[in-house]
Amino acid sequence: MIDVMDPVAFETHPDRYKHWKLDLTDASSGIARLIMDVQEDHGLRSDYVLKQNSYDLGVDVELADAVQRIRFEHPEVRAIVFSSAKDRIFCSGANIYMLGSSSHAFKVNFCKFTNETRLYLEDASSESGIKSIAALNGVAAGGGYELALACDEIYLQEDGNSAVSLPECPLLAVLPGTGGLTRLVDKRKVRRDHADVFSTVAEGIKGKRAKEWRLVDDVIPRSKFNDTMTKRAKELADASPRAKAKGPGMPLPPLAGSRDRQGAGWIINFKYITLKIDEKKRVAELEVRGPDHDPPKSADEMRKLGPSWWAVQAFRELDAAMLDLRFNFLDVGLLVIRSKGELEKVVAHDKALASLSGSDWLAKEIALFQRRVLKRIDVTSRSLFTLIEEGSCFAGSLLEIALASDRVYMKDDEDNESGIRVQLSPANFGPLPMGNGLTRLQSRFLFEPKRAEELRGREGPMTTQDAVKAGIVTIAPDAIDWDDEVRVAIEERAAMSPDAMTGMEASLRYGGPETLETKIFGRLSAWQNWIFTRPNATGAKGALTMYGKPERPEFDWRRA
Amino acid sequence: MSDVVNDTKIPNNVDLSSDKKLQRALEAWQPNFINWWLEMGPEGFQQDQVWLRTAISVDSDGWAHFDYVKMPDYRWGIFLADKVPDRKIHFGDNIGQPVWNEVPGEHRNTLRRLIVTQGDTEPASVEQQRLLGQTCPSLYDLRNLFQVNVEEGRHLWAMVYLLHSYFGRDGREEAEALLQRRSGDPDKPRILGAFNAPCENWLSFFMFTYFTDRDGKYQLLALAESGFDPLSRTTRFMLTEEAHHMFVGESGVQRIIERTAQLMKQAGMSEDVRKLGGIDLPTIQKYLNLWYTLSLDLFGGEVSSNAASFFAAGLKGRAFEEKNYTEHTALNQSYTLDKYEAGKLSREEIALRNAMNEVLRDNYVEDSQRGLDKWNRVLEKEGIDFRFKLPSRRFHRHIGMWADVPVTPAGEIISREEFEKRKSEWLPTAEDEAYVKSLMTTPVYEKGKMANWIAPPARGIKGQPVDYEYVRHNV
Ligand SMILES: [Fe+2]
Ligand SMILES: [Fe+2]
Repeated sequence: MIDVMDPVAFETHPDRYKHWKLDLTDASSGIARLIMDVQEDHGLRSDYVLKQNSYDLGVDVELADAVQRIRFEHPEVRAIVFSSAKDRIFCSGANIYMLGSSSHAFKVNFCKFTNETRLYLEDASSESGIKSIAALNGVAAGGGYELALACDEIYLQEDGNSAVSLPECPLLAVLPGTGGLTRLVDKRKVRRDHADVFSTVAEGIKGKRAKEWRLVDDVIPRSKFNDTMTKRAKELADASPRAKAKGPGMPLPPLAGSRDRQGAGWIINFKYITLKIDEKKRVAELEVRGPDHDPPKSADEMRKLGPSWWAVQAFRELDAAMLDLRFNFLDVGLLVIRSKGELEKVVAHDKALASLSGSDWLAKEIALFQRRVLKRIDVTSRSLFTLIEEGSCFAGSLLEIALASDRVYMKDDEDNESGIRVQLSPANFGPLPMGNGLTRLQSRFLFEPKRAEELRGREGPMTTQDAVKAGIVTIAPDAIDWDDEVRVAIEERAAMSPDAMTGMEASLRYGGPETLETKIFGRLSAWQNWIFTRPNATGAKGALTMYGKPERPEFDWRRA
Repeated sequence: MSDVVNDTKIPNNVDLSSDKKLQRALEAWQPNFINWWLEMGPEGFQQDQVWLRTAISVDSDGWAHFDYVKMPDYRWGIFLADKVPDRKIHFGDNIGQPVWNEVPGEHRNTLRRLIVTQGDTEPASVEQQRLLGQTCPSLYDLRNLFQVNVEEGRHLWAMVYLLHSYFGRDGREEAEALLQRRSGDPDKPRILGAFNAPCENWLSFFMFTYFTDRDGKYQLLALAESGFDPLSRTTRFMLTEEAHHMFVGESGVQRIIERTAQLMKQAGMSEDVRKLGGIDLPTIQKYLNLWYTLSLDLFGGEVSSNAASFFAAGLKGRAFEEKNYTEHTALNQSYTLDKYEAGKLSREEIALRNAMNEVLRDNYVEDSQRGLDKWNRVLEKEGIDFRFKLPSRRFHRHIGMWADVPVTPAGEIISREEFEKRKSEWLPTAEDEAYVKSLMTTPVYEKGKMANWIAPPARGIKGQPVDYEYVRHNV
């Protein structure tokens, strides 16, 4: 099964969008418009047609890019209005034929990416004051309504036709895979019984009842729709704290990287990131390099450095590498993470970012971006092992990668001559929380919540022994055993059932409180993953398989 | 034969008085319907006595009852064709099982949608035609217009009966919504495109009743096969009414052509009959193109998973499914069509079930041609070379794979610019519309008299002469 014709590319620009239009004509009033106009013959694969504003990964990549660019490049924008350029249809959700003909792994990764994009939209609202409005000028079905659910407010055009719906259960025997059900009850606080009815009526609900049931915020006649949306967007923009954002934005140029075959694998190279794929061993090796320049001392210097500041560029490259791994190398089960550089420099850059982000919106955006990249690592369904050796620089923000890993191996040199150290920075104590709302240190010490706080005062490098005592390191083999210990651990892990590992890791990574975010990803990797592979959905006579075919699905009626 | 019972406010042959709850619900809906009729029905004629037929029973003689009635007093009622004993579902996946007399839960939403979509067209056409009386070409035509209007009102009753009887609270809400939507209103339009298009002159009216009511005929034929027996019985009876609507259209267009032919002769076989106050043949062809293509859209997309599941479930069959087909599962069979997708044309075989819209559209296209043949015979007899043609079904489409593809009436794909440039040759222009309207500024209320642009009918209605006082207007 071929999921995509070429490696999926995640880099794009509004000039090259095929499916969205980023309209900034009202940017001076604080409003950006994102208008969906899917080109049906420009799907990532040619065996499906993106009819009726249905989407595939390529469409969502553009959306993610647009939201990201608004955050970095357009500080004047404080409200986004989502609408459709198509008559009568806002968005009919993920393309069903694309889903039906994609591998299971691709389907789930696709859902995961769209989940991340929706969460970024919510993050833009809660963290950056960029409010979003779903201006549903047509039917919003499935993923189309899930996009709306990710917005702050949902308005439905009243024209006798426009409705909101989640037809996945009744029509396809799967779940709305982008957090639809969770957002209904958790975010919009729709009554559970209403949500039950809504989620089983394929045609959805419109008009008064959609409002009564809180599925939308208001229903507005067609003739007043556009004006009302603009007016509301203006109100939201005026009330946004981002109105105080000073200073220009930062353009995001394309990343310069290479992607080459190497032996039985690939080598993907950026300035600060190298990802080596060994397809035979099903192991990938990630190397993250620390800063090679001084941190900015002021907001002006930061803007001068712009996207080439290590704190930006390294994390953009890391994000690109993680997405490449996720979509283009499905067989790789284990990611081994190393770093190279100077601890002190990482700490210095973290401190610079921390101090600037207190007063400058752009610095705050950069910190928020680092946080999103690290969260992307948290939800990566690969085993993550961090190896801390000579010359590594797992400090502060980079130490977070180690803390995101399932295991941390740190080489123990008894005489402390090789200089293997880790170090904490302000980045470990707040700005980079996980999806469960806790820092990675807090998540690590759930049994002893004070411990994370106690580490706050720990200045300076920590030896292997210190790090073991501090609870950062899982296993610390000594130098003589290191190579063998590590080799065996890797081989052992790579031989485990990928499903069992995905389930186990996802369960263990998110201890502590549940949030909307953890629920959405948890339910994706549990319920949706399971239902997607059940015969009732994807068997020879399953509903997803049979969709659009002349025969009707057949179900195995036993409840599991 | 179940006679029409008049023991309730609502004439019916469904023993309404035995179901008090339903009776009360329908009696509660009735005044809203009347209000809608007074607001949106024929404007300016509500107090006139109109010579109308009213159903008194559902057999073929039941229609024999003609009398003067004020339209708001028309006995709108509920009539179902007689029950066929031991009827079985005869197509799809449930072949051989007894038909449903109650809505099967599994198909509730689908059925409701089918019924609401059909039901919405009925009041829509009344709304579209509400001002036409004020420009009528004769009392004969005025009466035909009103006959069509009251029967569309009755078709609304038929669908509302199903909604009230079988769909609970949802059904009652939908029945109410059928009275809330308005044809052409951007805020609350009718569901289907053709039923929001303006129908503001009599040429459009005749084309509408010829082409758009014919879509109704085929939808009803397909629903008459339904395994949901109340729907089947309701639509079977509606079909008897629909036949008259199409007659009004076919004969209306024919009489315009006859008159145009006469005027052409008067003008020395010149095509320029506008000078003599007639409607020239090319303009008639343009209106034909418009209403035919708007009606083609009503059948839905060429490849449709909805259509396939309607058929599979036994909810909507093919026209004359029982009579005209021997194989009724429609499985393992294919339908070949020209597929136009992403700018490429290819010949493709698709599963027959997914092509059910197209199968029905085929029947419709064939049936539509018959009237054109008759109209062309008029031209032939008069020695006129012009012939009416159905445009390609790719032309001027808004639904399906040909939606908004620039295509000529001959079916040729052309550039958008060329289409825009030549559109005025194929579809009525504002100028055509203004001209046709200019012919119809004054209504003709004099017994037996005809407007200049239309020939008289060959005979009157139900044995009455053409100059009968079919409508007592303002007397
Ligand atoms: Fe009708
Ligand atoms: Fe009709």
